[in-house]
Amino acid sequence: MPQMTDERVRAGLMREEDLSLLHEVSMKTAGVSRLEMCIQCGTCGGSCPAAADMDHTPRMLFAMLRAGMREEVLRSNTPWICVSCYHCVVRCPQEVHIADVMYTLKSMAIRAKLYQDSTAPHFSQTFVGMVETFGRGFELGLASRHYLRYFPLRLPGMAPMGFGMITKGRMPLAPRKIKHMTQLKAILKRAKHLELTS
Amino acid sequence: MNKYLLYPGCSLESSAKAYAESLNAILEPLDIQLEEIEDWNCCGATEYLGINLIPAYSLIARNLALAVKQMDGAHTLVAPCSACYLNLAKADHYMQERPALGTKVNEALAAGGLEYKPGTLDVRHLLDVLIYDVGLDAIKKKVTRPLSGLKVAPYMGCMLPRPDYKHRWSDHEHPTELEDLLRVLGADVIDYPLTTSCCGGHMTQIGPETAFELICRLVAGADERGAHLMATVCPMCQLNLDAYQGEMNGYFGTDYHMPILFFTQLMGLAFGKDPDELGIGTELVSSRQALMHIGVEVPAAPEPTARRKKEEGLPMPSRLLRNGHKHEKEAVR
Repeated sequence: MPQMTDERVRAGLMREEDLSLLHEVSMKTAGVSRLEMCIQCGTCGGSCPAAADMDHTPRMLFAMLRAGMREEVLRSNTPWICVSCYHCVVRCPQEVHIADVMYTLKSMAIRAKLYQDSTAPHFSQTFVGMVETFGRGFELGLASRHYLRYFPLRLPGMAPMGFGMITKGRMPLAPRKIKHMTQLKAILKRAKHLELTS
Repeated sequence: MNKYLLYPGCSLESSAKAYAESLNAILEPLDIQLEEIEDWNCCGATEYLGINLIPAYSLIARNLALAVKQMDGAHTLVAPCSACYLNLAKADHYMQERPALGTKVNEALAAGGLEYKPGTLDVRHLLDVLIYDVGLDAIKKKVTRPLSGLKVAPYMGCMLPRPDYKHRWSDHEHPTELEDLLRVLGADVIDYPLTTSCCGGHMTQIGPETAFELICRLVAGADERGAHLMATVCPMCQLNLDAYQGEMNGYFGTDYHMPILFFTQLMGLAFGKDPDELGIGTELVSSRQALMHIGVEVPAAPEPTARRKKEEGLPMPSRLLRNGHKHEKEAVR
């Protein structure tokens, strides 16, 4: 069994900047990704409920990673279509943390400004913006900002739903804010600094 | 009385307030005390993790750090939402599995005067606590109105039984816990092989066609097997299957009417509670007819529908949108 990438870095056997694309992705993933262990069996794509809408199945994407096809990988819609259902994760015979690798690829694509599907990153960023402002999610604000920008034609069809959600008290009109917002902001500021410098 | 720490999550204050109400209603009969974490923040759902690594885990870990301050003998942090549960469990797990991440997250937390030592808390989902701590026998003893005659599809969703870092569930794909619980309540549980299939998650927002297919698969599956309603354990699943069922019907030209209730609402009913104590009636696909099978009368609420009938009205943009698709997709059965 080859040594895990981050162990090699920790042991001083290689520097992070020398790592290939595969290793870079592995390093940036939470936990031990086990990405290097993929045997290209295709169980992931076969288990995926959303594979039909993906540019590449996870298996194919991992082969591309191994081949160093950085731009093609980061342009793929696959990580954005992933619904985080973890079917592939529990079925993977090599126990690759596939869903977490998808999160890593999303963040790399945003940083490199290389993504084709433009609605998903906007949704994620709008969501995060709400959380960073209020400390809590705000569904009405999120939905209205996102739909107005990307799905204005969907709005009339959704009106009964939105009306129902509001009248049944399931969609508050104003956000709730946490008490210690300054504390949360300080934590996130330090975290972002650490993210850039590590 | 067993004391637990509670991380409610944003949706229990908004779209899933019925979950919060019904949970409150069953605490006393089950002799459980839940203490809410003070000033908790959003867990980031599935969105923050896809943007930044350390900020995402720091956001989650702030809640863990706050919970530790309130421990006072209680070691278990309970989350009723599957997505919140997974995020909290994931942060705890990965901070241990990869100490470098744990160190950085703690460096960030220190900016707010907090710290979290991974492994301090036991992060668990509400269903897990009810089944494995309270126990099915104790629950059975509280049943005063058995749900006999009510055909229920047990829907566990994906983020609860998977990835299951601590091996808590009987199976990753066909767990029986929810089924067992519903049976104890007296419900007529249908065989539902789709129990851990995905509800579409955030795809209702970013890729509706993908989401509608997944929603249709679940609803049609329950309908074909004769379910009167579906029981869910997660606010996201409830929202997708309930609130988007109408739009999904419009997309496929189907006419499904499948009420989606939280399992706590069904527990409350079985314990003899009134429907309005349990947030019943706040679902968009009404459970009124379904609950008549157990003799529960839910006051009729005015359905939020457009006054003008489709045939008489002007062409609606939603229809234009549907015709605009390159490939008309057939309902997946």
